[in-house]
Amino acid sequence: MDFISTHLLTTILFFPVISALVILFLPSDQVKLIRWTALLASLLPLGLTIFLWFRFDSGVQGFQYQEQYPWYDAIHSSFHIGVDGLSLTMVLLTTLLTPLALLASFSITDKVKAYMMLFLFLEAGMLGVFMAMDLLIFFVFWEIGLVPMYFLINQWGSPKGERELWGGMKVSARNYASLKFMVYTMAGSLGLLLAIQLLGVMFQSYDLAFLVKQWNLLAPDTMLFNNTISAGAVKTIAFWAFVVAFALKVPVWPFHTWLPDAHTEAPTAGSMILAGVLLKLGAYGFLRLVLPLYPEQAAYYAPWLAFLATMAIVFGAFASYGQTDFKRLVAYSSVNHMGFVLLGIAAAASAIHTPDATIALNGAVLQMFNHGLSAAGMFFLVGVIYDRAHTRNLEEFGGLFPIIPVYGAILIFTSMASLGLPGLNGFVSEFLVVRGSLPLLPVFTAVSMLGLLFTGAYILKGIRKVLHGPLNEHWAHGEHRLTDINTREILVMAPLMILILFLGVWPMGLLDVINKAMVMLFH
Amino acid sequence: MAIEMISNIIWLIPLPPLLAFFLILLFTRRNHALSHTIGLGAAFLSWLGAMLVFVSALRTPEFGKEIFASSINWLPTGSTFLKIGVLIDPTSAMVLFFVGWTILMIFLYSIGYHNFGQPKGDHDHPGLPPHGATVTDEHGHSHTVLSVEPMYSRFFAFLGLFAFGMYTLVVSDNLLTLFVGWEIMGLCSYLLIGFWYAKPSARNAAVKAFMTTRVGDVFMLLGIGLLYSQTGTLNYREIFYNADVLKALATTASPILNLSFAGLIGLLLFIGTVGKSAQWPLHIWLPDAMEGPTPVSAMIHAATMVSAGVYMVIRIFPLFTADWAGGTAALTPTMSIIAFIGAFTALFAATIAVAQNDIKKVLAYSTISQLGFMIAALGVGAYVAAVFHLVTHAFFKALLFLGSGSVIHGMEHGVLHTGDTDPAGHHIDPQDMWNMGGLRKKMPITFWTFLIGGFALSGFPLITAGFWSKDEILAEAFGNGHWIVFATLAVAALMTAFYTMRQITLTFLGEPRTKEAEHASETPWTMTTPLVVLSIFAIGFGWVGIPKDFLGGNWPSWFHGFIGSTLLVEPKELDFSYWPLLTSLVVALGGLYLGWMVYRNVKAGQADPLQKPLAGLYPILKNKWYFDEFYAFFVVKPMNWVSEVFTPWMDRTVIDGILHTVAHLALSIGGILRNYFDKPFINEFIGDGTANVFWQGQNIRFIQTGRIQSYLVATVGLAIVIAGLLYYFMPYLIH
Repeated sequence: MDFISTHLLTTILFFPVISALVILFLPSDQVKLIRWTALLASLLPLGLTIFLWFRFDSGVQGFQYQEQYPWYDAIHSSFHIGVDGLSLTMVLLTTLLTPLALLASFSITDKVKAYMMLFLFLEAGMLGVFMAMDLLIFFVFWEIGLVPMYFLINQWGSPKGERELWGGMKVSARNYASLKFMVYTMAGSLGLLLAIQLLGVMFQSYDLAFLVKQWNLLAPDTMLFNNTISAGAVKTIAFWAFVVAFALKVPVWPFHTWLPDAHTEAPTAGSMILAGVLLKLGAYGFLRLVLPLYPEQAAYYAPWLAFLATMAIVFGAFASYGQTDFKRLVAYSSVNHMGFVLLGIAAAASAIHTPDATIALNGAVLQMFNHGLSAAGMFFLVGVIYDRAHTRNLEEFGGLFPIIPVYGAILIFTSMASLGLPGLNGFVSEFLVVRGSLPLLPVFTAVSMLGLLFTGAYILKGIRKVLHGPLNEHWAHGEHRLTDINTREILVMAPLMILILFLGVWPMGLLDVINKAMVMLFH
Repeated sequence: MAIEMISNIIWLIPLPPLLAFFLILLFTRRNHALSHTIGLGAAFLSWLGAMLVFVSALRTPEFGKEIFASSINWLPTGSTFLKIGVLIDPTSAMVLFFVGWTILMIFLYSIGYHNFGQPKGDHDHPGLPPHGATVTDEHGHSHTVLSVEPMYSRFFAFLGLFAFGMYTLVVSDNLLTLFVGWEIMGLCSYLLIGFWYAKPSARNAAVKAFMTTRVGDVFMLLGIGLLYSQTGTLNYREIFYNADVLKALATTASPILNLSFAGLIGLLLFIGTVGKSAQWPLHIWLPDAMEGPTPVSAMIHAATMVSAGVYMVIRIFPLFTADWAGGTAALTPTMSIIAFIGAFTALFAATIAVAQNDIKKVLAYSTISQLGFMIAALGVGAYVAAVFHLVTHAFFKALLFLGSGSVIHGMEHGVLHTGDTDPAGHHIDPQDMWNMGGLRKKMPITFWTFLIGGFALSGFPLITAGFWSKDEILAEAFGNGHWIVFATLAVAALMTAFYTMRQITLTFLGEPRTKEAEHASETPWTMTTPLVVLSIFAIGFGWVGIPKDFLGGNWPSWFHGFIGSTLLVEPKELDFSYWPLLTSLVVALGGLYLGWMVYRNVKAGQADPLQKPLAGLYPILKNKWYFDEFYAFFVVKPMNWVSEVFTPWMDRTVIDGILHTVAHLALSIGGILRNYFDKPFINEFIGDGTANVFWQGQNIRFIQTGRIQSYLVATVGLAIVIAGLLYYFMPYLIH
């Protein structure tokens, strides 16, 4: 017990890896055993994170439960991890969604062992990013997360579908999507890597707190590198390198087109994690690195970021409404919702240290968490009906409510959370973002209301096409008869729905920690 | 009772219906009797709480100052909190009173309306209205009778959630929880309008209602955000009962339209009401909402949702009148807009109501019109008159909707009955008034109560509640010199009386025009009891608001004093004037008489007598001034184009095109390097010279295709244009 309390974060971080290695030695044909091992293994980090949540002192400045080990002394990088209110919230989201995604994956029958292992690696990769206090460690985990997701899409993605490239050349859709995801993110990360190297070389350290302090002490007119370039110019370039890397991940318009492709092809649980956690990595990067390292540049370029956010909100909603594939519709809704996160961040960047900025940041972080819950739920529900009907084409459904009433009720509930219905979680965070951004970026906030309006349109379109209207008799009889959602699937949804309702009624449960963290981070 | 005790009761008022919602959905939905008992019991508990609070409010002296309120921290915002809580002041106590009564009556009525105790239908499906069941009596004759609603329990669950939303809205002490209740009702109206979701018309009406009101809601959300950032609070008392805050808002200029912040925020919030209370130009959803079961119509159009819109404007009254001098002073821009929208809607909707044949649609447009009266009253600063009309309207319109439901129910009985004797089964629309006539004999209770409701709506002098409230609005508009508003409302009132009498005459008077109407029958006690109760209010409630010097008398004028004390600056009562009274009398009695004259002798199959005199105008009225078509073409179509054509083009062709170009370029450079460098040099001298099939030919295709260049040109051009525009406009966009 003593070991665990002093090594709490490393335990949470590496337990999934160890479990994955254990699974490696399980017999491949024991599918049930593998599934349950993976699920139980992912419950331990969740339990420890809840333990951590209650032990965590949200009133204390800086990181807690820090651990530091020598790692790459030659270039002054160490394995340094810790959590503050911001990262703890994200760690909680990750450890919460992973078991649910694994439970959702029980319907996977192909190469179960590899699948479960990759999933646990993925969890470790994501947790590492949220815990890292060393820039190089941050980058390492950032890249680690890509690999399992690439394979999950590439190997377990939907087998159908093709995508035309150029000159009539066609590739299978899941190859296309996985490669696009991988190459795009890596290309974005190149600049990030260079910028991180620059910092490391300049200050002979990768320690985040140290870098933030030193970097901000550097006056913009200081000439660097043998008087060739001013620090202000270097900062601007590095700022954009960071921004592009994170914007790709969020994803922000116009870097978002990998997302619908990746989601459409990914297996259900992959989509849950992709929307639930991976997108948050980008937003987390903005909050953890961009705002602290580049306050002046962020303030100066805040309207540009807000412009991109508004485009994401508005066109994400329009695009979502235009889809006929249920999963693509939900995928684009992520673009729309994550736009609000960036809008809040941009507003905060434009006037950091003001009360309005704090409200916008509270909203942005809460929106990250809330979107994690509702998007994971929505993708799972799409998966549930896809497992049964083997189609996601909205035009082929219709009037299914009487056949699958429980599923219908859950779908309406989760859709309403996604729509931002007051009383459920999404409303609180969107309201806070709007409230915080309105005085700082009034025009962008007002325009983004158009996106909020259309959020309603696409959500209702989903419900209308699937549940309402005259019954499509195809699904009512014989071998095509749809069965209602089963107990395992309800178990996946139940925690999400309880949290969605709880956070909508009593947001203080989470927001208190977020609020204190934001006040201390950007006081 | 102690204040704390009452505060606790206020917190508890919304909860029973919410609990009922969860209980019914999760546990009791298979048991009809248990479900409606839970629903009705919950409505009763809330009603009891509401009445307790109302009576306590009446017994509290100086209640406008000594209100019931309590609050808790809800959202942490930096070093402060956004508080939420409950508040009952004279106005909300009065609203609580009528909401409690109407909701309870609607719950009771629904039991009968959804045919509790009747057999299951022969071919009924969830999602469709019941079609009737065949039963065999002891003589061996089979009859078709009404069948129970397939989703009986679910209806009570939704109704419960709806009641929760309305109670939440009324007891809130701030605009944010008001908005929460507001939106929960929006969801419920969506679920209830689309209750028979398998009917495409119901499904579309539900979506239309949700989306149209959402247009207003996003503006309202902006207004709430703006108010919050300007004042740091959303509490009614801290803003609307606080002279300093109001003065600051009234004297600070906003960047838009030369409005003060008070005016701008008031306007934004008012747009929310335009959506929710179905004011022109966002009125289009309400008539379609008639697709829902009738108790829903009463719930939405009388007791709750549309009233909520007016209630919100009543709440923010001190805000948008903050920069107004009061009395006969010129209206502020925001007030003028509100008065215009209200008065225009009152007249506009009345014109449409004249040409409708569906018994519920007439009432729907009449609701829009009556809400316009209230909005117009608020726009000209007649606070008390608006509240008064809100309350009386809630009673008599709930009565009318429930009465129309009773008529439809009776007609459906006739349809099923004649289906027995006439195997060919000729079906008629049981909602079309032209198929009715003479129902007064078959359905006496429904007739008398409907008559009371209709007369109240028309403003029949002295005995009906509608007369007193409508007269007060006219008197305020007249007394403060708002002639255009006065004249518009007077004409609208005339038309109101006319179409109401048209409806009563066509439905109940004369002789039955169809066999179905001949066989209609009175509805069960669960449906007629609410009618009787509501008709008592539709008459009696007007007497609490008789102006103090009416006809030179000395009346208590209790309502004005009680409601007026809600405001920081209590409104003065106008001196009595004969002109508006005369106008009220003439338009009400004249309209009723005209309606009776024109329609008393209508025969089966005859065209509407109005068709000839109105000539070309008639089809325009019948087609609702073509607003649906207008929106379909100018709003829905362009939006669909953006979603289905433009956005995919932007994503798949432009953005992905650029990505593919870059990928293609990279691949080609790789291919060139491989073919002309790697293979000839490295492999020749170092490697084994094995060809990679994948790379071959790629470089040639790169040169052949012309799309690369066009992409590149498009990319660079587009990037330059966007960057240029942004660079130029960014300073303006920031603030």
